[in-house]
Parts: sequence; C-alpha cells; structure tokens
Amino acid sequence: MLSIKNIEVVYNDVILVLKGLSLEVQEGNIVCLLGSNGAGKTTTLKAISGLLRPDNGDITDGEILFMGTRIDRKDAAEIVKMGIFQVMEGRRVFKDLTVEENLIAGGYTRTKGEISEGIEKVYTYFPRLKERRKQLAGYMSGGEQQMLAIGRSLMAKPKLILMDEPSLGLSPLLVKEIFKIIKQLNEIEKTSILLVEQNANMALSFSHRGYIMENGRIVLDGDRDYLLANDDVKEFYLGVSSGKKSFRDVKHYRRRKRWLS
Amino acid sequence: MEFLTQIIIAGIVIGSIYSLVALGFTLIYKSTGIVNFAQGELLLVGAYVCLHLTVSYQIPFIFSFLITLIFMFFFGFLIERVFLRRMIGEPIISIIMLTIGLSSLLKSIVQIIWGTDTRTFPKIFSHEPVKIGFLNISMVYIFALISIAIFLGIFSYFFKTTKTGVAMRAVASDQQAALSMGIDVRRIFALSWAIAAIVSTVGGVLLGNINGINTSLSQFGLKVFPVVILGGLDSIIGAIVGGIIIGVLENIVGGYIDPLVGGGAKEVFPFVAMIIILLIKPYGLFGTVKVEKV
Ligand SMILES: Nc1ncnc2c1ncn2[C@@H]1O[C@H](COP(=O)(O)OP(=O)(O)O)[C@@H](O)[C@H]1O
Ligand SMILES: [Mg+2]
Repeated sequence: MLSIKNIEVVYNDVILVLKGLSLEVQEGNIVCLLGSNGAGKTTTLKAISGLLRPDNGDITDGEILFMGTRIDRKDAAEIVKMGIFQVMEGRRVFKDLTVEENLIAGGYTRTKGEISEGIEKVYTYFPRLKERRKQLAGYMSGGEQQMLAIGRSLMAKPKLILMDEPSLGLSPLLVKEIFKIIKQLNEIEKTSILLVEQNANMALSFSHRGYIMENGRIVLDGDRDYLLANDDVKEFYLGVSSGKKSFRDVKHYRRRKRWLS
Repeated sequence: MEFLTQIIIAGIVIGSIYSLVALGFTLIYKSTGIVNFAQGELLLVGAYVCLHLTVSYQIPFIFSFLITLIFMFFFGFLIERVFLRRMIGEPIISIIMLTIGLSSLLKSIVQIIWGTDTRTFPKIFSHEPVKIGFLNISMVYIFALISIAIFLGIFSYFFKTTKTGVAMRAVASDQQAALSMGIDVRRIFALSWAIAAIVSTVGGVLLGNINGINTSLSQFGLKVFPVVILGGLDSIIGAIVGGIIIGVLENIVGGYIDPLVGGGAKEVFPFVAMIIILLIKPYGLFGTVKVEKV
C-alpha cells in the first residue's frame, strides 16, 4: 500500500540525510523501522506525511506511492485526507487544549458526525481518556499523553498510521500496554502501521516485518522471525552480545552488509 | 463616591474596548507569532467604513454595522493573503517592519478618503441617561457593554466548540502537530487576521459612537501593548481582563491625578505601568515564560 522508492532527502539545501531509501508497507501489516539515533527514521516518516517542509527539508530524488498514487509532492493536509496519519515523536499533544478538544483537532479532516463517532471509539479503546475528557492535556502523565496522541490519530480514520517512537520515556509496563493497543488497532481497525522504534526487541516482536536503517539507508530487512534470528540484529539491536560496540565496529558491520547484498 | 462610580463605569466601557482590540492582537500573535502593529489601523478602517455606510448611504446603523463586520472579515483575510503569507519563514523583524508599514499605509488611505476632521455617528442613542439604582448610565455605554458581552460570548463559543475554533487554538499551541492532523495552517492564519479585524472594528465603531472618530483613533492600537503585557502576550483571558483593568485604572488616574498635574497623567499611565511590569516580569504578569516560535 505504501512504497518508497529510492528517496533522497536534503535539509536546508545542503544536508543530505536520506540517501536512496526504499521501503514497503503491505496492507494490514505492522512494519517496524529500526535504527539508532540520527539514522533518519523521523525524516523518513516526515517525508511520507509531508511534514518536511516546515523543517526546511526536501525530497530531492525518488518517489513515494500510496495506494498507487504519488504523494511526495502533496502537502500534509492532502496526505491526511488520503489516509496517512503521523503520530509525531514526543507525543505533541496540544497542552492547553482539553483531551476532547485534542480529539476534535485530530478529526479536523472529518465531518461533525464522524467526529462524535470517533470520540466514542477512542474512549472505548482508552477508557482513561474518557475519565479525563475535560482535563487539559498538558496536565496528564506521559502514558496518558501517548494514549491521547494515538487516540487523536484514530480520529482521522487513517488507513496507515506512522508512529514515531511511541515507547519513548515510558515505563516498561506502559510500553507493553501501548504496544498491545497498537496490535489491537491493527487487528480490529485493520489499520496498517509503520512503527519507528529504538526499542527493537519489543517493536520486532509486535511487527510482521522490519527494516533496519543506518545513516540514511536501509541495511537489512525481512520478516519478524528472520530478523529476530539474525546474528547481526541480535548483536547490534537486541543487545544480546556482551559489551557496547564501537563506532568502528558499526562501520565494519555496514561494510560487510553491503558486501553481503 | 458617585464620581468614583461614574469613573469606574466609564473605565470598564473603555477598558472592554481595549480588551477587544487586545483580543485581536493576541489572536494573531498566538497563531502566527506575528506582532501586529497595525491593530489600531484595523480599528480605524472599520470605524470609518461603518460611519461611511451609515452617513453617506443612510443605511440604518445596525445594518451598516453588520455589513462592516462582513467587509472587515474579508479585509483582514485579504491582508494576510496579500502581505503576510509571502512573509512566512522570513525573519521576525522583517515581518514586524511590514506590519508597521501597513499601519502607516492604512492610516494614510483613511486620511485620503475621509480627511482628518473628527466626525460623529448620527445620534442613535438618546442622551437621557438611564437610571439604574443610584447610577446614571448613558445608553451608549449600555449598548457598548452589551455588544461586547455578546461578541465575547460568540467568540468563546466559537473557540470552545467548533472544529475551526479548536483548530485555531491547536495551531497556536503546536503548529507542526496541527499540520500533522491535516489542519490547513495557512487558512487558520488568514482566519486569525479576519477575526482580529472584526473585533477591532467592533471596538472602533463603539468608540465612534461614544467619542466620535478621527484618525488619532488608531492610537488605540498602541494601548494594546500595556494591556497584553499586563495580561500575558499569549493569553486570551489575560487580554480581556488586562483591558478592563487598564481601562479602569487609567480613568481613575485621569479623574483624580490629572486635575492635580494639569492633564496628561491618564494618557501616560498605561505605558508607565507597562514599563514597571516589564522590569519586574519580562514576560508580562500572566504570560508564559517560554519564548514563542520564531
Ligand atoms: N530540521 C533539520 N535540519 C537539519 N538537519 C536535520 C533536521 N532534522 C534532522 N536532521 C538531521 O538528520 C539526521 C536524521 O535525523 P532524524 O531523522 O531525526 O533521525 P532519527 O529519527 O533516526 O533519530 C540527523 O543527523 C539530524 O541531525
Ligand atoms: Mg527520531
């Protein structure tokens, strides 16, 4: 349903961040995109959702197709209307709006009727949000804010949700809860999900497929079981091996990867 | 006692007009980050358009008022489209310069069309003051307070319950996040200008009915600064409360200190207050400390 073909992204006309990245999301799948800090994961999501422009970023090469239509020249609002919704890194709830107003904002592209239906649906997934519906979002805990951020995405009835590090800064227990809900959304709402994470172990176990990126490129991809069993993945992302790898080892790893492929 | 009460009532009326103008200013600042130095000129244009419709076309006041509001809505919208849209992403200082330029331009246009003499609205309200308890309040004050209350009611309904109103607050709260949910941020910018033009116009028309109008009316735009510094640059409630406080204090100073010093204290008071507040609290009395987007 989503297919990224060889895109290049440049910030401020000079900083080349994505260097020919390709990636596919099949309808109905949860696909995770893993990689260390600065690899370009957020940039990839923003390239899809049309949010690069405010950051002064540009797609300079390649193309992005969604349900067969090119979207890399469209603006953010059109892309939301087509059915892609990005849950941004750091939750980004509207702090001085109430929970319910946050949801209304999430349903901006929808009709009045769809908004009230949407709010009810969000409350069935997150009863806690219903209890706090009149509360300002800024006064909620990190976990509740993440639930609100995900709930807000449901309001737009997306076909594909892009999630940027939903587990960031949450306790292990909450992380589990959030991932369970992501799984539910995928199964019940039939929403496809592209999940960006640094928490590789958890993300992979909840995904159908995964991509691993380094320095603006995909270096490895495959289905869940393949990646979970892969020695390199174990070593670099799942923290199975002992000791931290140095940068030189990572470079070596990349060189080897290229030689392998 | 009687004197003080009369002063306070007049202060509340003028102060709530400050509130309206400050509301417009804050709206633009919150959603677009632009400091609008042309707020007073929006008031001026609105007041003259309404006067013109009422006097030259003999349209009954209430209708010319409504037509003016519609006209000013599009006028505000247009200013954003024509002048400010192409400035998105430019340095904030350039944008401020642009609004200063706009303020001079609008003021000159008004002077060219309508001249510089003071003009008055035809008497719509009887001069007989209404007796409420022991107070004598003039009709025009009552009309002003009621219309301001109605407008504030409409706006609070709009911002709290409509999708567009909530979206405007969302844009003010986090622009990129708002963009990510498909909110048309440019349209919201234009709408902020349109609404700011409307509220200023309401203020201008009311003032015109109270005191008559000439081009010095645009100085009301500068009064906005003490008001928002008191109320917090980014707080709508702050703008409303700040306006009334400044209006009342200013009138008290005018009533009790001006006779002692021979005038002028009233005009300068809000700015003295502003300087003192800034020295103590650089972000205003109720403003948030974080520096808003650039
Ligand atoms: N707005 C920006 N302007 C310039 N460089 C940026 C911008 N955003 C991100 N980058 C750079 O792009 C690279 C990838 O960033 P990002 O996509 O945020 O990585 P990740 O999400 O994987 O941590 C980093 O080197 C970062 O410094
Ligand atoms: Mg990131």
